Amino acid sequence: MRAAFLIARKDLRQRLRDRSALVYGIIAPLGLAILFSFIFGPLDDAAFEAEYVIVDEDGGQISEAFGEALGGLEDDGIAVIRTVESVEVAREQVETGSDAFAGDDVASADAAFVIPEGFSEAVLAGEAAEMTIIGAAGSELSAQVAYSVAQGFSSELAAVDVAVRTVLPDAMAAIAQEGGTASGVSPGAEGAPGAVTPEMLAALLAQEAASTVNPITVEDVSASTKQLDSTTYLSAGMAVFFLFFTVAFGVSGLLEERRLGTMQRLLAAPVSRSSIIVGKALTSFALGILSMTVLVVASTLLIGAEWGNPLGVALLVVAAVVAAMGILAVVAAVAKNQEQASNFQAIIALVLAFLGGTFFAIAQVGGFMATLGLFTPHAWFLRGLGDLQGGELADILPSVGALLAFGLVTGGIAWFFLQRSVGRTR
Amino acid sequence: MGDAGDGLVMECRDLHKAFGDIVAVDGVGFTISDGETYGLLGPNGAGKTTSISMICGLLEADAGEVFVDGERMTTRSVEPKRAVGYVPQDIAIYPDLTARENLTFFGRLYGMGGDGLKSRVSEVLELIGLAERADDKADDFSGGMKRRLNIGIGLLHKPHLLVLDEPTVGVDPQSRNAILESVERLSIEGMGVLYTTHYMEEAERLCDRVGIIDSGKIVAEGTRRELVDLIGSQDRVRVVASGDLKSAAEAVDGLPSVVEVGEREGGLDLIVGGAASNLTEILQKTTGAGAVVTSVDVDEPDLESVFLHLTGRARRD
Repeated sequence: MRAAFLIARKDLRQRLRDRSALVYGIIAPLGLAILFSFIFGPLDDAAFEAEYVIVDEDGGQISEAFGEALGGLEDDGIAVIRTVESVEVAREQVETGSDAFAGDDVASADAAFVIPEGFSEAVLAGEAAEMTIIGAAGSELSAQVAYSVAQGFSSELAAVDVAVRTVLPDAMAAIAQEGGTASGVSPGAEGAPGAVTPEMLAALLAQEAASTVNPITVEDVSASTKQLDSTTYLSAGMAVFFLFFTVAFGVSGLLEERRLGTMQRLLAAPVSRSSIIVGKALTSFALGILSMTVLVVASTLLIGAEWGNPLGVALLVVAAVVAAMGILAVVAAVAKNQEQASNFQAIIALVLAFLGGTFFAIAQVGGFMATLGLFTPHAWFLRGLGDLQGGELADILPSVGALLAFGLVTGGIAWFFLQRSVGRTR
Repeated sequence: MGDAGDGLVMECRDLHKAFGDIVAVDGVGFTISDGETYGLLGPNGAGKTTSISMICGLLEADAGEVFVDGERMTTRSVEPKRAVGYVPQDIAIYPDLTARENLTFFGRLYGMGGDGLKSRVSEVLELIGLAERADDKADDFSGGMKRRLNIGIGLLHKPHLLVLDEPTVGVDPQSRNAILESVERLSIEGMGVLYTTHYMEEAERLCDRVGIIDSGKIVAEGTRRELVDLIGSQDRVRVVASGDLKSAAEAVDGLPSVVEVGEREGGLDLIVGGAASNLTEILQKTTGAGAVVTSVDVDEPDLESVFLHLTGRARRD
């Protein structure tokens, strides 16, 4: 083992001296994580708030109910709702909302709901009713939310409508028997039991629709569903992506020794071949741990990444380094020379990073791609960090286990081949 | 092999090694004693490096055995390797490390450490003439300096057997001379040296005994005198000439006194039995064939002559 440590120490000195490990292991991943966090990070923090205007040309009970439903959005701090007198004014404000150079003092809106005259009557008559939404260019998200709100209200109206029509005869019968009111709905003027007037139906519909559950719900899901915020996700993604380049400096060192001719000297020295391989593995391990540790600390301090429980992070980092070592050692064992190994390693690092969701959360796509991602250490590493966010330390054990399994299986294969190939001097 | 006490530092017996259908080494065997410099002389591709690789435990022999200091050497050996200092043919150093760091690293691999290692590193740096550049990166060295460092690494741990595989290939004359002087000094200090080369003059200068290897076999072995005696009273004659050298070579080849003829640029190389009495006839044949002779040198037999005689061809540089 002394020889292995000597070889590792020499390799580390070389790697730190030529700075390549610093670039791949720290500077590049940290730089990209910082860059990406500047680009994508604000999405996490920016609260969604839209400005909507309503043009109520209908003035009926249904349109009033819709206004009340929108009030719920205002209560939740999602939108500011204003009523304007005409479609022209609404259109003008939406156009102003499209103008990026419009001043803050000019009335503007992200979208307008236009409820035409006769809307309530049409709904009550079970006829087709149309609500128009005018969205501002450049505020697609706000317009989409407006559309979703209208859709939700419409769906709820249909459901309520059906429900009311179904239960009303019984309800009215009960009302008639008691001679009173039900749910604040007054019986028809005729007062005849079982006779449902349009006014009664409208009152019921309006009451139910106004209590429609807000179709837009915003809540903090990061803790409950174990997701990383974008800054941490990007930092972790870049770290594990570049880990596959950093670790390669160690295991590929066998090929470099061959290129330099120094492998002959190592083989002629009183050290076992296993010591040479272990020495290179130690170099990889040290570089991987060093790189990941610096990245965890630096991303925490510089861009506010939240990696989670340090012990859990440490376990995941060690397991990820072991996995990367195993995979890259296989490449080093089968490659004919250093150049070929570098090419193979770059391709493998990119493909695994892509499938593993390093560049974007491919797991959220679901289906085959998400399943494929499970065959990458990257996915397990990111998953483990996610589990660490909202869960217990024990929750990361499956990820740690998967990563170690990657390392042990591929490392075993690599050991078998390296024992044979290490004796090659050219 | 017998005890180390018999003075043998290395013995190899009947070594065989083939790469596919190509037989690289075919029954090589020789011994080296303490303080002896043994030259393995042969053209490129003769099997020198393959033999050395088996002796140093880099390559497993298909058959045969190697003993160093009485212990059998294989690729898995550890202890016998402590006794061997290996200087590969190609420069094998870490360019990113300084000369001192290179030496220190390999010294530690051989179990050295502490002040002993430090002082030995300084000693070797002096020996190889790199003391003033000790802390410069090896990458910044000239080819000759790298060669010297390459040798320094091999002799750092004071091995019983120093194996140098063509250490002067591509080296400038000044560095070459320094290397040869170093090897002579080590031999005087009692180190066994195995020196491979295809330069006859190096073998003549350094080696107590020489094994001539060709096509994987040792075709002759002995001291310089013993080898020269193999070709009897034959002289080496260099005829400097121009004109139709091919016809001239064919003409003299028929003479009974001419043992070997080699055509080279600017003349002919001949091995002649009794040059003094046959020179006139040789010159007549040469000029008669259309060559214009400008000078003639007659040398006593040397290893070059022996090589030419034994292998039937000029050495291939």
